[in-house]
Amino acid sequence: MSSSKNKSANDKLIGTEISGAEIIVNALREQGVDTIFGYPGGAVLPIYDALYQQDYITHVLVRHEQGASHMAEGYARSTGKCGTVLVTSGPGVTNAITGIVDALLDSIPMVVLCGQVPTHLIGTDAFQEADTTGLTRSAAKHNYLVKSVDDLEGIIHEAYHIATTGRPGPVVIDIPKDVQFGKTIFKGKNSYKDFEYDPITEPYMPAIKMAIDLLAKAKKPVIYTGGGIINAGKEASEALREFVKITNFPITSTLMGLGAYPASGKNWLGMLGMHGSYEANLTMHDCDVMLCIGARFDDRVTGRLDAFSPNSKKIHIDIEPSSINKNVQVDIGIVADAGIATKALVEEWKNHKGKRPNLEPWWNEINGWRARNSFGYKNSDDIIIPQFAIERLYELTKDRETYITTEVGLHQMWAAQHYHFEEPNRWMTSGGLGTMGYGLPAAVGVQKAHPDALVIDIAGDASVQMTMQEISCAIQYNLPVKIFIMNNEWMGMVRQWQQLLHGERYSHSYSHSLPDFVKMAEAFGCLGLRIDKPSELDAKIKEMIDYDGPVIVDCRVSKIENCFPMIPSGKAHNDMLMPDDLGDIGSVITDAGKKLV
Amino acid sequence: MNQPASAYFISEEKPEIIRTTLAVIVKNEPGVLGRVVGLFSARGYNIESLTVAETDHAKHTSRITIVTSGTSATLAQIKAQLNRIVPVKRVIDFHGDSDALSRELALIKVAGKGDDRVESLRLADAFKAKVLDAGLEHFTFELTGSSKKLDDFISMMKPLGLVEVSRTGVATIRRGKGKV
Ligand SMILES: Cc1ncc(C[n+]2csc(CCOP(=O)(O)OP(=O)(O)O)c2C)c(N)n1
Repeated sequence: MSSSKNKSANDKLIGTEISGAEIIVNALREQGVDTIFGYPGGAVLPIYDALYQQDYITHVLVRHEQGASHMAEGYARSTGKCGTVLVTSGPGVTNAITGIVDALLDSIPMVVLCGQVPTHLIGTDAFQEADTTGLTRSAAKHNYLVKSVDDLEGIIHEAYHIATTGRPGPVVIDIPKDVQFGKTIFKGKNSYKDFEYDPITEPYMPAIKMAIDLLAKAKKPVIYTGGGIINAGKEASEALREFVKITNFPITSTLMGLGAYPASGKNWLGMLGMHGSYEANLTMHDCDVMLCIGARFDDRVTGRLDAFSPNSKKIHIDIEPSSINKNVQVDIGIVADAGIATKALVEEWKNHKGKRPNLEPWWNEINGWRARNSFGYKNSDDIIIPQFAIERLYELTKDRETYITTEVGLHQMWAAQHYHFEEPNRWMTSGGLGTMGYGLPAAVGVQKAHPDALVIDIAGDASVQMTMQEISCAIQYNLPVKIFIMNNEWMGMVRQWQQLLHGERYSHSYSHSLPDFVKMAEAFGCLGLRIDKPSELDAKIKEMIDYDGPVIVDCRVSKIENCFPMIPSGKAHNDMLMPDDLGDIGSVITDAGKKLV
Repeated sequence: MNQPASAYFISEEKPEIIRTTLAVIVKNEPGVLGRVVGLFSARGYNIESLTVAETDHAKHTSRITIVTSGTSATLAQIKAQLNRIVPVKRVIDFHGDSDALSRELALIKVAGKGDDRVESLRLADAFKAKVLDAGLEHFTFELTGSSKKLDDFISMMKPLGLVEVSRTGVATIRRGKGKV
């Protein structure tokens, strides 16, 4: 739907008196919203009524409001646009909060419209009243309680502005029912332009020059990128690729940043961090200049802080000033949009004259680490090794337009290690909050935005049960998502930690009473497939791809496989556990480390 | 280097703790104080005192003055995190600012007889405290000054029959004709 069509239709309304609910629908339309993920209830019925009477915005009826917020995340992450959620007061809001916090931590732009009890009942413990602005104050980037219909239109436009600029994030608008019914003059989007919220996007050029001076002298440079590059749009990824090409620097990224630089690129080291590659972590540890773009030195990435890359000068580019020097003190901090700053780096590098160190010794060292093949595993003819299943999935889907979402656990880490991303926006995972139950609804949101693409949720047997019911939503809207469950009958990641840290006491981590996923698929009305043997993998994966509709695959994988390499808690980057160290696992982790998350 | 402790590193060393006064200029809208206070509790920062009032009715701005303490890295984070709050317009840090003027007001009730009563009045006079209310067996003083001066006066009143204290928290402004 073209925005010009939207605009001209709306122009007729400008200057006329319409209801709050109609203002919402029309302001969203002007914002270019084509899809809302929502669930009705008493406090949002006027908005549902307004939705019913228009056909510009499609509404996707979820099965649980957590599903709505994760779907909006998947939609946003895969398109670069803002996701929109609509829920009722009280339980509607509380159910949605998990996805709101998930979006906050992973910087996903989202606007959440919530119904509220009528203004005169606020504070009386009315039916389905919850203190939405209080509950979401630390869950969202910003929130509003709309007290008068006259404020509504401006708040909606400001909310989209705040959600999508600066470090993106969720914005909650709490709208009492009487405000939805109230009437006022519709002014149109152009009346709301000057917002006070105005984050810095342009880098301070002298700092960029200093950064280039430092990088040009580096003998052991590394680039470490994160979700910020993805959020900054396709141009940012292109600038990054160019920068890597002209500098020949090695590059790694966080879980959230996969795909910004292609996994097939020759400078790619693989993901870094707790389950990152040996070469990525050692390169980070031993480098002399580190360039961090759009990542935030999260504890899953740095490991033990006082031993984090001890001998390097650090340059940090981030749109959010508070991210700079939060966990790691840096030498040059640059507040800017990742894309604009990376383009500036490219220009400055090209202009920079002077002799540059030979990077060959550094690459030789890195190639030595690469030779350890740290993502390697021992395959089997009888049992499906999970890493092998993901490799096959990759091989059989890599030539299509494929989007991957995940749940949280070992399968997520294996997906990050063994599915190789060539493009940004193709990989949707819950990184910051680590929300089990994210992947299935996120896949539905992605598929809604990309109806013809192949969308696969790489799932765990425990996680998938948290938001399973959204498969019904996928079926309702003909969204052919593929739910590929790596069924190890355990909360595998919990089991791994219990094995390594808690004396093999497997307290409540066995997936007891698992449903028969194939029958469950059939009960929901989609295709269920089971894969028991490695030899069946290819044929069943192809069947999954070819089926015209949602599929749930119960892929029975090894129950005992652990994820390596691993930087145990309390350890540094150069202190990784490799699969072949398994012998003395108990002694590798210190008592202090066991207390950490 | 002054790196904060992380989940991965339980530090034994104690970096220097600095106290500072921050003036936070905010858009005066419902919930803004809650956002500021919520930030301090959510991230485990200290609040030693906090005052707030509208300072410009026409522009809808309020000024929140917060006395807080932490390592220099923590204080830098506090300022950066405050700036993330959408209705926060500016954060001014008065640490090490020799032109900063800080004042606090206290109402102090002292009850006693005889020498204690005379002594409390004598000290009040020396501190330039005003007598707001008096009876045969009590005084209520109003004292303005630095927080340190208030602390000193209050501790001197303790043995003389201190009953109750009400303090406003600190207000700070910079010397000279300029605006911060
Ligand atoms: C909502 C939520 N609850 C609990 C956890 C803690 N947790 C992390 S991974 C995990 C186990 C996941 O098991 P499964 O989905 O089967 O994946 P696997 O690790 O076996 O691949 C748990 C319980 C979490 N991340 N999210």
